[in-house]
Amino acid sequence: MNIVQTLIGNTFEQGLLFAFLGLGVLLTFRFFRFPDLTAEGSYPLGGAVAAALLVAGVNPFAATFAAALAGALAGIVTALVHTRLRINAIIAGIIVMTAVYTVNLRVMGRANTPLLTTPSVFGDIVAALNAFGLPLRESVVANIAILAVFVAVVAAAMAAFLRTDLGLAVRATGENETMIKALGVDTDWTKMVGLGLSNFLIALSGALVAQNHGFADIGMGIGILVTGAAAVLIGEAIFADRTIGVWIFAAIVGVLIYRLLVVLALYVGLQPIDLKLITAVLLLLALALPRFRHRLRFG
Amino acid sequence: MLTLESLTKTFFAGEASEVRALEDVELTIGDGDFVTVIGSNGAGKSTLLKAIVGLVRPEAGRILLDGRDITSDPVHRRAGWFGRIAQDPNDSTCAGMTIEENLAMASKRGRVRGLRRAVTPVLRENFRAALKETGLGLEGRLETRMGLLSGGQRQTIALLMATLANPRLLLLDEHLAALDPKTAELVMGLTDRLVRERRLTTLMITHNMADAIRWGSRLVMMHRGRIIFEAAGAAKAALTVEGLVRKFHEAGHRDLADDRLLLS
Ligand SMILES: Nc1ncnc2c1ncn2[C@@H]1O[C@H](COP(=O)(O)OP(=O)(O)OP(=O)(O)O)[C@@H](O)[C@H]1O
Ligand SMILES: [Mg+2]
Repeated sequence: MNIVQTLIGNTFEQGLLFAFLGLGVLLTFRFFRFPDLTAEGSYPLGGAVAAALLVAGVNPFAATFAAALAGALAGIVTALVHTRLRINAIIAGIIVMTAVYTVNLRVMGRANTPLLTTPSVFGDIVAALNAFGLPLRESVVANIAILAVFVAVVAAAMAAFLRTDLGLAVRATGENETMIKALGVDTDWTKMVGLGLSNFLIALSGALVAQNHGFADIGMGIGILVTGAAAVLIGEAIFADRTIGVWIFAAIVGVLIYRLLVVLALYVGLQPIDLKLITAVLLLLALALPRFRHRLRFG
Repeated sequence: MLTLESLTKTFFAGEASEVRALEDVELTIGDGDFVTVIGSNGAGKSTLLKAIVGLVRPEAGRILLDGRDITSDPVHRRAGWFGRIAQDPNDSTCAGMTIEENLAMASKRGRVRGLRRAVTPVLRENFRAALKETGLGLEGRLETRMGLLSGGQRQTIALLMATLANPRLLLLDEHLAALDPKTAELVMGLTDRLVRERRLTTLMITHNMADAIRWGSRLVMMHRGRIIFEAAGAAKAALTVEGLVRKFHEAGHRDLADDRLLLS
């Protein structure tokens, strides 16, 4: 593979792995209008639960699903802390994030679980396709194809959900809680649904990343919320329309562009240890750019 | 249908800034009544409506709906009974969602929300028909985001939302206040038609004395948290704007001169 192929491959593979994260963060950051720090816990929780189950010999699909459910649970706990104890949502997220750190260590029993010898959803799908006579090998291209289909299905499901009666209620909860309550919606419940779903998707990302990278690490969630927020904001900066379909599409495109920028930064000589700084700068740019553009146009 | 028994609400109780927003309010609204509520700024009108829907918890008194005590029910559990337009036009709709999404949410008032598609083709047709009747030309803009509409358009949608699911009681909090006279006339006409067509029991707050006299079957005047005057039927029909202003005066209202200015 030449260098361009490597760059593009890396962008799409890692970007699509993060797409679920982007969709999860979209739900809280945009629709609930607050940065849900549970993400910093639920993302490595997804990795940890998947890793522990895979090491224990559980089927990769079951392990991945269980990992996502664990994330949903973390989100539900945050929602309960917020609604029942009337604690600020950001603080509630920080509390749960902190607690989940220990849970992650307990689940894995150590700080890092290698997954090089265990099966993964990627390997299993390739094997299944081979059984159907498709001569596919486990490769970056195969992973991208698998992830693309998976992301498309999840994105379509999410778009459909956000257009259901419950989905509308969840969106309205973030936008005008008094109104939707006055229409008979228990917003404690919709907050649980929203935060549960968001962290389900974020943990799904964590579980898939762990399988793709071949390890789960206690530190893998550090700065993950900023990554998701940067992706969502980049997507927003590109697409002006604000329909549900566009929101979701923009979040996915945002993740891919974010990933491309990171890959390019590494390519021009920045080191992996510089990653968080790169992420922070990208988020800053994504936040500042629309305002800057606004000024250019009207100022 | 709805009975308020010595409803009392005090803000900042015990402090120097104590406000008695509701004081021993007694009011019975029968099925089919259309009650207009007037009163100076801070009289407690909005607080009264908020207490009915549950946004404000009274510290004394009871709210009975068909004889059932709902005083301590949370907002969402009594929502099925009430359709309310808030005083602030931004409060009654979701700006980031489309017209049809707002209407769809309202059409499920008080019902369990599941995983069915919210805006079905049938609903969309209903919304289109309802919008067409308003004469605002919004029937072709169902997918427009609410935030892009003018105040009058938003209040009209809010009115449709409040009445869509046929609430037991329609609560209107100065829903014409932010509208220009012509739009206000239009929206009031629509209000009256919806109320009559659907036989909605209605409580309407207004600062427009002429409107308060012209519309509805009963009139209630509030002052400093109390109901100080009521009229119904022929007695209400015989009221004049001047007469009402005099009533304010009798109640010890000091800003009479200002009011006269405002009302003239
Ligand atoms: N949440 C609150 N906290 C403190 N005081 C409040 C609150 N809501 C209302 N009040 C006070 O209660 C009194 C009644 O307010 P309310 O909004 O019911 O008046 P209103 O009759 O609707 O007036 P307006 O015609 O100006 O809308 C006012 O003195 C107001 O300052
Ligand atoms: Mg008011």
